[in-house]
Amino acid sequence: MKDRRHALLELGLLAAAALLPFALQAIGEDYYIGFAARLAIFALAATSLNFVVGHGGMVAFGHAAFFGGGAYVVALLMQAGVVSAWLAWPAAVAAAALAALLIGALSLRTKGVYFIMITLAFAQMIYYSVISLQFAGGDDGLPLDARSSLAPFDLGNDRALYWVALALLAASLHALRRVAASRYGRALAGIRQNEARMEALGYPVFRLKLVCFVIGAALAGLAGALLANQNGLASPGQLYWTQSGMLLVMVILGGVGKRYGGVLGAIALLGLEEALGLVTGHSHFYVGLALLAVALFAPRGLAGLLERKA
Amino acid sequence: MSGLLEIAGLKRHFGGLWATNGVDLAVREGELHALIGPNGAGKTTLIHLISGALAPDAGTLRFAGADITRLGMHARVARGITRSYQITQVFPELSLLENVRLAVQARRRDFGSSFRFWRPASADFSMIEEAEEWLGRVGLAEQAGEHARDVSHGEQRALELAMALATRPRLLLLDEPMAGMGPEESEHMASLIASLKGTQTVLLVEHDMDIVFRLADRVSVLVAGRVVASDAPERVRDDPEVRRAYLGDEVQ
Ligand SMILES: Nc1ncnc2c1ncn2[C@@H]1O[C@H](COP(=O)(O)OP(=O)(O)O)[C@@H](O)[C@H]1O
Ligand SMILES: [Mg+2]
Repeated sequence: MKDRRHALLELGLLAAAALLPFALQAIGEDYYIGFAARLAIFALAATSLNFVVGHGGMVAFGHAAFFGGGAYVVALLMQAGVVSAWLAWPAAVAAAALAALLIGALSLRTKGVYFIMITLAFAQMIYYSVISLQFAGGDDGLPLDARSSLAPFDLGNDRALYWVALALLAASLHALRRVAASRYGRALAGIRQNEARMEALGYPVFRLKLVCFVIGAALAGLAGALLANQNGLASPGQLYWTQSGMLLVMVILGGVGKRYGGVLGAIALLGLEEALGLVTGHSHFYVGLALLAVALFAPRGLAGLLERKA
Repeated sequence: MSGLLEIAGLKRHFGGLWATNGVDLAVREGELHALIGPNGAGKTTLIHLISGALAPDAGTLRFAGADITRLGMHARVARGITRSYQITQVFPELSLLENVRLAVQARRRDFGSSFRFWRPASADFSMIEEAEEWLGRVGLAEQAGEHARDVSHGEQRALELAMALATRPRLLLLDEPMAGMGPEESEHMASLIASLKGTQTVLLVEHDMDIVFRLADRVSVLVAGRVVASDAPERVRDDPEVRRAYLGDEVQ
């Protein structure tokens, strides 16, 4: 009964989100359609990180490598003449997954603070490598001549890009929910609570965690491919550690391990930045304050707050 | 001397302390083998070494004829060695049923891989039914839906046993299963362990001499990281060296 109500609520919200561009056009605020696309893209990226942090129990501080990496794959392929999204986006996903396989295989030999530091170090290595590459645009980043071609769909306007991002976000949320309830997801739940005990029951803990890390990175790569299209640019800032930090802030703000934690965190953080950016120049300061408030008053994130109300 | 588990010259040190200092030990198929020894003798360390939680500095472990010295912990479980913990290690935020179901799911040879991403685990009724059976076996059927953190210490210890059994080991390692229990709970656990006799090979670490001499087919005595005796209970009891080294006045 409660499940049915939740499912209906979710469908209703999805429908409302899908109709949002029409509402914005009706009130003449077309600018915010692009912003909504940006929200959906960051929601996907934060959701992918929340899978790694909240389900896998791995505090990864290098997610920007996969997010920004996906953007660069699309931009580089476009420079090489590959315009099709059907080729470039899967390539971004595959590249992010492969990078995560290598980085994860090395990083997962460490725990706790060391894991945080080593994932950060790998991501920074990638950042410095990319800005030193002339063909990747160096410090300036790599502009896209046009959006990817998602024939038969036309990605030319922001509305279409928003819908595609929203569809991919919804599909990812659905898939991750299935995964969480699957054998694999249940095994992750055990690992999160007591890794050594799972090993003692016979679980290949290292491999299970590595796969989680790779899945999270692959989804981040997809979000990155979308971001390059939305910005018309793959920029070094998307690879920088502050981007990893921002995604982590979104996850913590929204609710670690909560189904909609990444979505709520992305909306809250980007919404706050947008709103405060309009009235003051010091948005980072206020975002910091907001984060402090969440840490003090809603330790389970915004999703935790909503659950209590529901 | 041939056994299911054969340990030869096993050593492990922590800093300058040799917690395991040349252990030779054999556990035969089908027996309930008790391991006793004073606090700090190295019993838990030996369980860690057998289960693969710790790597030895020297010596070999053979299980069912194969060298397992270099195998990791989960690989040893796959071969049939499962342990329980002296300090309770269950999943506090999961139901008792889910705790045991995870142990059942771990058995790849019966249920296949845990790398299955789409079908809900709750749709695998055979796993759930088997988990319920194990819970019933240790007397926890009623509490199946409760979170592990919410049940009593004695019930958590019983859960710990059910989880180990649910992996269907060829060799079950029990590290002080009665630790921290009252007399009644201890008696319950003792009867559970007694019910395993004949069908399950067990290496049991236990303090309570009464229980050890009642249950064990053979007893090994560990003192300062070495096995000083390994024999039938009554002969171990009468061994003068054992009395001097360990038993003292505990045995009349
Ligand atoms: N991880 C460790 N680090 C350092 N010393 C340890 C460690 N584990 C055990 N020891 C020491 O090894 C000895 C044997 O410990 P243990 O195997 O727990 O004994 P038992 O289980 O027989 O009481 C003790 O002196 C203990 O302090
Ligand atoms: Mg001990």
